[in-house]
Amino acid sequence: MTRWLALAVGCLLVASLLTGAAGPGVPDTLILWQIRLPRTALAALVGGGLGLSGAVLQGALRNPLADPGLLGIGGCAGLGAVLAFYWGVSAVFAPALPLAGLAGAAVGCAFLLGFAGRAASGPSLILAGVALSALAAALLALALTLAPNPFALAEITFWLMGGLEDRTLTHLLLAAGPIALGCLTLLRLGRGLDGLALGDEVAASLGVPVGRTLRLAAAGVALAVGAGAAVAGGIGFVGLVVPHLLRPWLGERPSSLLLPSLLGGAVLLLAADLLARAAPLLLPLHQEPRLGVLTALLGAPFLVRIARQVAPGGMT
Amino acid sequence: MIALRTVRVRLTGRDVLHDIDFTARAGEMVALCGPNGAGKSTLLRALAGLLPEGRAPDPRRVAYLPQGARCAWGMTVAEVAALGRIPHGDADPAPVERALQACGLNGLRDSRVDRISGGQARRAMLARVLATEPQVMLLDEPTADLDPAAAHEMMALLRTLSRQGGCVLTVLHALDLALRYADRVVVLAAGRIVADAPPESVLPAAAAAFGLPWGFDPSPRLLPPCQS
Repeated sequence: MTRWLALAVGCLLVASLLTGAAGPGVPDTLILWQIRLPRTALAALVGGGLGLSGAVLQGALRNPLADPGLLGIGGCAGLGAVLAFYWGVSAVFAPALPLAGLAGAAVGCAFLLGFAGRAASGPSLILAGVALSALAAALLALALTLAPNPFALAEITFWLMGGLEDRTLTHLLLAAGPIALGCLTLLRLGRGLDGLALGDEVAASLGVPVGRTLRLAAAGVALAVGAGAAVAGGIGFVGLVVPHLLRPWLGERPSSLLLPSLLGGAVLLLAADLLARAAPLLLPLHQEPRLGVLTALLGAPFLVRIARQVAPGGMT
Repeated sequence: MIALRTVRVRLTGRDVLHDIDFTARAGEMVALCGPNGAGKSTLLRALAGLLPEGRAPDPRRVAYLPQGARCAWGMTVAEVAALGRIPHGDADPAPVERALQACGLNGLRDSRVDRISGGQARRAMLARVLATEPQVMLLDEPTADLDPAAAHEMMALLRTLSRQGGCVLTVLHALDLALRYADRVVVLAAGRIVADAPPESVLPAAAAAFGLPWGFDPSPRLLPPCQS
C-alpha cells in the first residue's frame, strides 16, 4: 500500500509539473522552476504534513474525529499568519510569516493537549476544538475589521480560503524546513501512539513516556500545520479524510498509518490542486476555485459520514 | 518479588491508603479483596508506579492491566497482544504467539477487538500482558464481565501462570473465586490491610470487612470445570 501511495505521489508530481493554466504541456525552464515547481512541491509538502498531523492527532487523542482544522489548530495558525500580514512584519522580514503561523499553531496545540491531559472524553475535546476554532475565527474577524486598508482585507480573505497559485521559491524555502522537521518528529512517534491506544495509564505501564510523546506530537503538528497554513492558507479536512480512507486497507494500528497518511495527504492535495487548475478548462469558471474550498467540499460530507459511523458511546 | 512498605497515598486530600506493608513472591497468586472504595485499585496502581510520586518499576518486569481496559482502535487481537512487546522494544513474534495460545485466542488472531465478545476482548487484553513475559502481573478485576465458565477458565490460567514462576496479583470482587484459586487473600478495608492469610483461614476477616455474616451454605451451585 505504501509503495502504491509513493507511486501515486510520483505520478501526480510529474502531472502537476506538466500541467499549467492553459492545459497540459511541457513548459519552458523558467516557468517550470519559478511557477510549477514551487506550487507542486508545496502541494506535496503541505498535504503530507496535514495528512500525517491528522493521523498523529487521532492516535494521540484516541479520537477518529481529530483533525488539525476541525480542532482549531489550522485556525490558530491562520490567525498568527494574518497578524504577521496585518502588522506588516512579513513584508519587512519574510520568515515572520511561517514563524507567526507556527506560533499560532503551537498555542492551539498546547491548549488542546493541556485540555486532553485533564482526562477529557472524546466529545468534550471536539467541543474544545470547536470553541478554539470559534475564538480564532472571531479574533481573525477583529483583525480584518481593524485592517488598515480595504485591499489588505480582500487580500487576507482571499488568502484564508487556501490556495497554492503564485507561490514562489521563497515560499517553498520558508515552509519546507519546518514542515520536514515536523514530519520527521511525528514519524518517530509510532510506538508511543500504539501504546496510547490502550489508554494513558497502560501506555505508562508499558514504559511509553506519555507526556513526552504528547509534547512531541504537539510540537510536530504545530511545525507541519503552522508552516503549511502560513504559505497555503486555510486548507481543511485533509488530516481527517486521509487516515480514514487508509484504515480499511491498513488496519487501525496508529503506527501503521503514519507514513501512508503522509503520502496519502500529498496525493490528495496534489490531486485537488490539479483539479483546481483543470476546473476553469472544463467548467465555465472565470478563475480557479480555491484549493481550501475544494478540500472542504470533499471533506465536509465525509465528516458527516464519519459522524454517522461513530455510534453513541462508541467515541470515548 | 514485588514489595511495598509503609506507604501512604493521599488523593484529592483524602488518605486512600495508609500504613501498607505488602510483599508478594514469585510463584505466588495473591487476591486483593475488600469493599468498594477500600483502595484495592489504588494499591495496584501504586505497585505499578502510576501514582504521582511513585517510582515506575521496570516495564519489562511488571505488567499492569487496569479495570475495564479497552483499545481505542479496531486493532486485531494479534496486534493488541503485540503491544506487550513495547517495553522490550522488539517485535519478537514468539512470545506473542505463546500469549495468544495460552489465552485460547489462536482462532481469533485476525479478528478486530471491537467486534468480538466482551470475554474474548478481555482475554486479548490479558494476552497483551502475557506477551511482555513479565515476572509480576498486576491485574485489576480480570474476571469482570466474564460468564462463570470463562471466569473459572481465566482464574485457572492465572494460577497456571503463577505455578510457572510468575507473581500474579489480582483484584477480585468475586470472593468465591479468590478463595478457590489464590494462594493468599489480602483483605483491604478503608485503606488498610485488615487480613493477609491463606484462603482457608481468611473468611472470617473478609466477612467482617464486608459486614456480612458467614457460614456454610449447602444450596446447589455451579462448580469449576475441573476440581483441583
